[in-house]
Amino acid sequence: MITLDCLGQKCPLPVIRLARAIPGVPVGEMVRVLADDPAAANDIPAWCRMKGQEFVAGDGRAFDVRRIS
Amino acid sequence: MRTGKIKSRQPDDTVPCVDYTGDPAGAAVYLDAATAAPLHPVAREAMLASLADGWADPTRLYAAGRRAQQLHEAATAVVAQILRVRPDEVSFWPSGTAAAQAAVLGGLAGRRRSGSSLVHSAIEHSAVLHAARTVEAHEVGVDRTGRLDLDAWERAVSASGVALASLISASHEVGSVQPVAAAAAYCAESGVPLFVDAAQSVGRVPVPDGWSLLSASAHKWGGPPGVGVLVVRKGVRWVSPQPQDDLYRPRPAGAPNLPSIVAAAASLRAVTDSGQSENARLSALVDRIRDRVAATVPDVEIVGDPVDRLPHLVTFSCLYVDGEALLHALDRHGFAVSSGSSCTSSTLRPSHVLEAMGVLSHGNVRVSLHSGVTGADVDRFLAVLPGLVAGIRAEVGM
Repeated sequence: MITLDCLGQKCPLPVIRLARAIPGVPVGEMVRVLADDPAAANDIPAWCRMKGQEFVAGDGRAFDVRRIS
Repeated sequence: MRTGKIKSRQPDDTVPCVDYTGDPAGAAVYLDAATAAPLHPVAREAMLASLADGWADPTRLYAAGRRAQQLHEAATAVVAQILRVRPDEVSFWPSGTAAAQAAVLGGLAGRRRSGSSLVHSAIEHSAVLHAARTVEAHEVGVDRTGRLDLDAWERAVSASGVALASLISASHEVGSVQPVAAAAAYCAESGVPLFVDAAQSVGRVPVPDGWSLLSASAHKWGGPPGVGVLVVRKGVRWVSPQPQDDLYRPRPAGAPNLPSIVAAAASLRAVTDSGQSENARLSALVDRIRDRVAATVPDVEIVGDPVDRLPHLVTFSCLYVDGEALLHALDRHGFAVSSGSSCTSSTLRPSHVLEAMGVLSHGNVRVSLHSGVTGADVDRFLAVLPGLVAGIRAEVGM
């Protein structure tokens, strides 16, 4: 699983990193985004919904996204 | 149209290098009426007249004081008639925030014997949330369009120990109108008084009946800043959270700002008289913005209820865009808008309303219209926006 370390980065940077990484991820595989910006917990699931990817889990600091399309 | 001079970029630049001259690239277009609408011409006239005639303390017994008292009573009567309440149920406060907090704190204090907790929606104005933090509070969520979860509301208000419930009439951030009548009916079943923060509705759209306390804010409808309205219906227990001579009759401490109160009432009358045709005009412009932004800006989420919404307000979020950068880029082109993105807030947290809805919070823009905004202004905004969004995305390689 790819891990993107976006700790210390302000939104929208973690979402931008995620969007850039997704094309390199095989369909069905996961990406973990580490982010501590308070907007990430909201905006990473929102990105998944808008871009048709699966938001698997998030704990406020680590967010797992599965590429499904 | 004037344009900012763009200098060649230096290698160490991290921001676009545009000479900021203070001259926007285009005429100024104010699109933030939901924060403060421009002063209505009637408000200006009424304020000048009452500065001449209503400067005295209305509680004094001499002629100048009586004239001031007459103006105060006339202003109160106008507001009461438009809100369909009794004049002695209306009081004026130093701001909409002060009125809302007096409603929450005074409503809670009046129900001390029945309960101590507050039920409120997740999308209340921060003024209400700040008051809510002083007591035990139960938050009720909203759906993706920003509309109250009525089933959860019913459960929350029927719990034991609830002193007061608080529901915003329509979201100040995304415009979604709330089911006030249904929420009020559930409150009535449980004997819980309902406070409605109607700051975005009063002066624009009617508020359904059934509430016990209501607040509004004059500068949202074209009145001057510094005037809040509080209505406490007869029979509703209210106890002043502040020291004052009559603890049970709502009024703020100190002398009222009578010229502003008179101006607030006069402008409320004026906007109410022109309300329906103006609402239809602004609502059509909002529909145009909703349609064109969705069609011309890629990766954008238009948020809020598309139909059951305020007539003058629309909010959208652009993926991969820094909200502060977009706000400043629009400002350089003359457009004043608001944003719920974390980078534009004093707390550096995203808007609690956008979070409660689960919609994108970065790249967020709220456009709110008023009587001075023309179709041509909106068209120029719609022409400029896609290029600005694309430019900010290009800066980050998106």
